[in-house]
Amino acid sequence: MPRIRLENLVKRYGDFEVLHGINLEMEENEFTVLVGPSGCGKSTTLRMIAGLESVSDGEIFIDDRPVSNLEPKARDLAMVFQDYALYPHMNVARNMSFALRLQRRPKKEIDEKVGKVADMLGLTNFLHRKPGELSGGQRQRVAMGRALTRDAGTFLFDEPLSNLDAKLRGQMRAELALMRQKVRKNMIYVTHDQIEAMTLGDRIVVMHGGYIQQQGTPEELFKRPANKFVAGFLGSPPMNFLEAEVQDLSGRAFVSGNGFELVLPDEKAAAVSSASSKGVTLGIRPSDLHYSPDAPEHESIDLQVIVSEYIGAQSVLLCDCGGQKVEVELKSETPIALGETLRFAVNREGIHMFDRETEVAIR
Amino acid sequence: MSVAIKANRLTPYMFLAPAGIILIFALLYPIGYMIYASFLDWSPSQRIGQAEFIGFRNYVNLWGDEAFRESFWVTIRFAAIVVTLEMFLGVGLALLLDRNIKGMAVLRTVFILPMMIAPIVVGLMWRYMYHPTVGIFNRTLKSFGFEGIPWLSDSTWSFIAIVIADVWQWTPFIFILALAAMQSLPRSALEAAEIDGASEWQKIILIKLPLMMPVLIVTLLLRLIDAFKVLEVILVLTNGGPGLSTEILALRIFRTAQEFQELGEAAAMSNLLLMMLMAITIGMFAYSRVQEARVARQRAAAEKDDD
Repeated sequence: MPRIRLENLVKRYGDFEVLHGINLEMEENEFTVLVGPSGCGKSTTLRMIAGLESVSDGEIFIDDRPVSNLEPKARDLAMVFQDYALYPHMNVARNMSFALRLQRRPKKEIDEKVGKVADMLGLTNFLHRKPGELSGGQRQRVAMGRALTRDAGTFLFDEPLSNLDAKLRGQMRAELALMRQKVRKNMIYVTHDQIEAMTLGDRIVVMHGGYIQQQGTPEELFKRPANKFVAGFLGSPPMNFLEAEVQDLSGRAFVSGNGFELVLPDEKAAAVSSASSKGVTLGIRPSDLHYSPDAPEHESIDLQVIVSEYIGAQSVLLCDCGGQKVEVELKSETPIALGETLRFAVNREGIHMFDRETEVAIR
Repeated sequence: MSVAIKANRLTPYMFLAPAGIILIFALLYPIGYMIYASFLDWSPSQRIGQAEFIGFRNYVNLWGDEAFRESFWVTIRFAAIVVTLEMFLGVGLALLLDRNIKGMAVLRTVFILPMMIAPIVVGLMWRYMYHPTVGIFNRTLKSFGFEGIPWLSDSTWSFIAIVIADVWQWTPFIFILALAAMQSLPRSALEAAEIDGASEWQKIILIKLPLMMPVLIVTLLLRLIDAFKVLEVILVLTNGGPGLSTEILALRIFRTAQEFQELGEAAAMSNLLLMMLMAITIGMFAYSRVQEARVARQRAAAEKDDD
């Protein structure tokens, strides 16, 4: 199945440039997720790959063949749209078989393929219904089925789950992951939901403001974010950021700010000593903070509880640390009172530092 | 029940009353009058009370009247031909102009201009253009060395002439409605078709036209109703001639009342025309009712097995 390569891809609307030279390579059978806030250029990138938007500059290669001047139909792709884009006047079977009928494949082959895909997606009983007679989740499945029936080389998904309610979205996400195991194809998936990105992607590409911020496996991005934006975008609840200074006291490096002073692990100390500025933003994920009243002073942080959000087994506490806000997670049965000051041990690997000016990770 | 509550309940009817009164005097009363008159042998010199009641004789006479039957067929033929041509041209133009090119807004405005001109003026304009010696058509033909065409003096050509004038004036109506329908089509379904491999032509035949069909059917019926009532342009262009070749029903009614002074018979003809139009209108309402019912049924089915 094809490899896809984007080279210096640029998109302009008049004088307004929305994509600034995207370089990206997708391996065979890879599930790539483009993720970012709205307006970051992820959908535009996908639509350019699909051929629905023209390429202003740069080139798209599918299997080393430049395709940016080809019609969508010549690119061998299937696409699932955010609003499903079903043909309202055709029943489910005809929706799914549309591409094959255009190719004038034999009727027997078409029926077989539609039957197989319908079976896989649990649509067999709905084949004679029109899209208007289906629920949101069923329509979603038909859109997926239409793409699968086509048997194209590459699958494109443009926020396919964002029109579903929360419960159905979780269910469809699981089904997508399952389908992903059965169908070995190149898939490019656009979403603004970082949970979808983390659970589905082999490779995640985080985009912001028309630039790629970082790409890599979900684990890489989560553990070693390249900059403050990526760090703050992935993970829930999001990473805490604290303004801090790095200081050298009697041969040991400390990162300190209003209300906290933490000793830096040796490799972090080395990285920060070569960095130009001493002003940093300290980043710590809630999952790297553990309630521990007896933790040593320079490996922990004292937080005053402002709000406690009960969400079941865990509660999310919004705390104050010298005038800056910090979120932590805590087992709900822990007896705490609002206004109380608690001590949280900081996981040594969980200390991230970013240059205050450039927001690039120091590591 | 207190007076205040009673007054409150009556409020909506009070607001409706002026429109209701106008409706009764301007519409129901004349129609009632016309139906009554269609049972009378009535000439303009008589008051309506002096006219002789003759039952259905006017209607029976119409059935035997060859001129009436002829103009009935002319009307049917005219309506069928112009509406068919206008549908093809209007939808075709809409398909052609549904794109974002510079100056398209101006072009679209130019295309709908004919519709905004008063029918009498349209009739006069075309009469000058069809003029056998000074009209632009024949002058152009002659300058290329061809024979002039007897536009308004030959029975076949005069029918063609009124068809052309009507198509010129009313194609824009279908054009703007078709364009509006086209622009409200779901963009993403068309993009999906593009990715599925449909050519421009296949997109039109397989996606655009079927999705526009409900609007097109209503447009067609509206135009049909209008085409049956057409009068002014033909009155000015040919006055029904030569012979009865372009005498559509409205013109026949006009002449029966004006020239032949048979008010009762004219009323009977009007009544027949009204009933015919009523049938089309009811058909139109029935169609939209069926559509609505189908959508409601679909929605109910979708909600029933929502997961």
